[in-house]
Amino acid sequence: MLSLLLTSLGHASTFMPPQASTIAPAVDRLYAFLLIISVLASILVIAGMLYFIFKYRRKSETEKSAYITHNHLAEFLWSFIPLVLFIVAFVWGWKVYHDLRFAPENAYEIFVRGQQWSWEFEYQNGHKSPAELYVPVGRPVKLLMTSSDVIHSFFIPSFRVKQDVLPGRYSSIWFEVKEPGEYQIFCTEYCGLQHSSMLAKVVAVPQKDFDMWVSGKAVSNLSPEEQGHKTYIARNCNSCHSIDGSAVVGPTFKGNFGLTRQFEDGGSAVVDENYLRESILDSQKHIVKGYTKVMPTYEGVLEDKEVEALIAFIKSLKN
Amino acid sequence: MATSHAGENYINHEKGLWSWLTTLDHKRIGIMYMISVMAFFFIGGMFALAIRLELFSVGKTIVEAQTYNQMMTFHGTIMVFMVIVPGLPAVFGNFFLPIMIGAKDVAFPRLNLLSWYLLMLGATIAVSSMFFGGVDTGWTFYTPYSIKGSIGVINMTLGAFIMGMSSILTGLNFIVTVHKLRCPGMTMNRIPLFIWALYSTAIIQVLATPVLGITLLLLVAERVLGVGIFDPALGGDPVLYQHFFWFYSHPAVYIMILPALGVVSELITTYSRKTIFGYKAIAYSSIAIAAVSFFVWGHHLFVSGQSEVAGILFSFITMLVGVPTAIKVFNWVATMYRGSIQLKTPMLYAIGFMFVFTIGGVTGIMLATVGMDVHFHDTYFVVAHFHYVMVGGTLFALMGAIFHWLPKMFGKMHNEAMARLSFVFVFIGFNVTFFPQFILGSLGMPRRYFDYLPEYEPLNRISTMGSWVIALGFIVGLITIIHALLKGKQAPDNPWGSTTLEWQTKSPPVFHNFDSTPSVNGGPYEYR
Ligand code: HEC
Ligand SMILES: [Cu+2]
Ligand SMILES: [Cu+2]
Repeated sequence: MLSLLLTSLGHASTFMPPQASTIAPAVDRLYAFLLIISVLASILVIAGMLYFIFKYRRKSETEKSAYITHNHLAEFLWSFIPLVLFIVAFVWGWKVYHDLRFAPENAYEIFVRGQQWSWEFEYQNGHKSPAELYVPVGRPVKLLMTSSDVIHSFFIPSFRVKQDVLPGRYSSIWFEVKEPGEYQIFCTEYCGLQHSSMLAKVVAVPQKDFDMWVSGKAVSNLSPEEQGHKTYIARNCNSCHSIDGSAVVGPTFKGNFGLTRQFEDGGSAVVDENYLRESILDSQKHIVKGYTKVMPTYEGVLEDKEVEALIAFIKSLKN
Repeated sequence: MATSHAGENYINHEKGLWSWLTTLDHKRIGIMYMISVMAFFFIGGMFALAIRLELFSVGKTIVEAQTYNQMMTFHGTIMVFMVIVPGLPAVFGNFFLPIMIGAKDVAFPRLNLLSWYLLMLGATIAVSSMFFGGVDTGWTFYTPYSIKGSIGVINMTLGAFIMGMSSILTGLNFIVTVHKLRCPGMTMNRIPLFIWALYSTAIIQVLATPVLGITLLLLVAERVLGVGIFDPALGGDPVLYQHFFWFYSHPAVYIMILPALGVVSELITTYSRKTIFGYKAIAYSSIAIAAVSFFVWGHHLFVSGQSEVAGILFSFITMLVGVPTAIKVFNWVATMYRGSIQLKTPMLYAIGFMFVFTIGGVTGIMLATVGMDVHFHDTYFVVAHFHYVMVGGTLFALMGAIFHWLPKMFGKMHNEAMARLSFVFVFIGFNVTFFPQFILGSLGMPRRYFDYLPEYEPLNRISTMGSWVIALGFIVGLITIIHALLKGKQAPDNPWGSTTLEWQTKSPPVFHNFDSTPSVNGGPYEYR
């Protein structure tokens, strides 16, 4: 009876994200157990308290109270029962933790690099993917993670997994996705200015689509502009550059193509393809007047394809 | 000076600002702490409201990400180091510890004054970091991020270091006072439970705070001298910092909550007019919590990359802290059984405390369950949990303490209806603000986020609206206090019919606390 209640609660999305990994139901059953015990305990204490307030409210100023200093049985029970419950929670939590930590032998390994403020995924054949973690469905995947600057933390709520990503060290995490789909990735260790936009997505696809994708044979049916828009978001350019005409940290992309730019050092240039390319790859070379030197350089970070797509995208943003 | 003149008390004993700034009287020092802590609370509270306002909508609402990150850092640092840590011990501990054990003052009055000046100095230096580029590391100053940012972080950590010194001196003073200055007949098993709580707190302050000091000094050494301790680029270990930091900061959680537990014990017996159930269980459980609290720091590091064995051990020991905590709650409820309960404002705060502290406690067990914490760690679930314990717990107790002891401290009665109204707003506002955050966290929203996904917006809006109701509650509370001080009726010596010693002297107390040294021949709560 209780187990039925537990499983049904485990399946219901009791305030938890969808269960997209094979381990999520196990975590949620533990959650259901903890939740039920917590609610019962809280009701016991709070209801008892409220009942006493009502029952024993002061009726006259001279009223006397009972003189009770202890009761061994009651004290034993309310120490022992919580202890037992805590130990059950502890052992159960241990079991789940163990399963969360140790990846099966045959897991498929992907390399993850966190940096302020984006994620990059690298596959065994050297294929790189920014901000989109493609994984095959129905096969255990193990991520080998490190950071190039400060501590980040890699969190996929729908998979119930999380692990800090440290500079100068590898940490790992594993999961097996049940259904094809897209799942949110967050950074959960505070890492500075754009911490809350250090986002990425898991894209889970069937094994054969995954094989196609990882070998680079998947034909993209996106136009260069659309591809550029995707890169603009994936590479976090959107945290500093708007496409609606408003200046954020950097100048807007809207309608900048063809303008003449004044630089902080006094020079100037017309915004054309070469200017854009240089601004992206070696952004520190010229600083646009009125702005500061905060844009990272993307030399060696962006692939040629991406830069071309970005340029096509920026050109398409006419006034 | 055995007896004092009629109408003379510690407030009118000497006059002028200078007499306050140089006073060695523990009561006056307590009042000075009270004023400073209230001022800090105001600043920290403004940051809190601004944070919630920013989170009202997706995207930028009122400030930029940079400002937001600095605000959340200042909010955390101010509330922890300048409000909650010194709150109960330095304000009410200073004022009442000597009186409640029948002493004339603390053991080292000069050291006591020095503690106040250290707190002010530390606070000034910490806040000055605003003018050195600000600090955006969060109150935890995690490395290597804290080594890379603005130099303001040096001021901030140095400030926290000095405030730590203040905390150590206060703790030391209290330990010696409790051991050496109890009045005749006041055995250790007769001291009030608030004193037991302060005593346990003092032990943690003295033992744990030096570790914080060392850690912050190492951080400064790394920053200024380039010694590789925590920075991997210099061969250091960033996770080592987290171990050091939580080795202090977990016990510090008990520095923040134990005095509150003590206050609640006092409130429940007084307003139930009944002897406390399980005096020894409550007293010794404070000590037990203090002792075990040193061995649980690793529960903040379950996903930091520490070994599985470490994770499991820390999970287990954390569960053990749950037992003495649960015992206290059950003892309070049992104290109310067959009592004569009067719902004055302090009792309302005590009841409110038990309500939110229970929720804070059970969610603490959820977080201690290691397999569960992997999902909840660093999400809003944690934010909700510790606000239930720190705000719902400590701050509620602080408010209860204010209304309970106000007549004694200032000799004035407050307006009961207004005080109750403040409770209603604070209590409702608190739950509306923080309960939705449990759900946000379960759904995966990480903490310290300037911006969030659109699906989290409705719950964030509710939370922000709740913060306005809390603010209203505190405003009403403040007005009530000011009104009492200016217009309140003269308070009798023992308005609540309480049995502890502080109610046997005048309201407000005379300069030497008692006209003649009291002597005691029974427990603290002999309601018969
Ligand atoms: C941390 C903020 C930041 C990020 C992230 C960022 N930029 Fe910039 N960017 C700036 C600033 C500030 C300027 C103006 C100063 C300068 O010239 O370096 C700028 C200038 C530019 C310019 C010249 C614009 C003009 O109108 O003259 C281009 C093009 C550009 N960025 C492209 C990108 C692309 C593409 C990305 C993403 C791959 C990106 N930026 C990411 C801050 C940023
Ligand atoms: Cu990050
Ligand atoms: Cu802790």
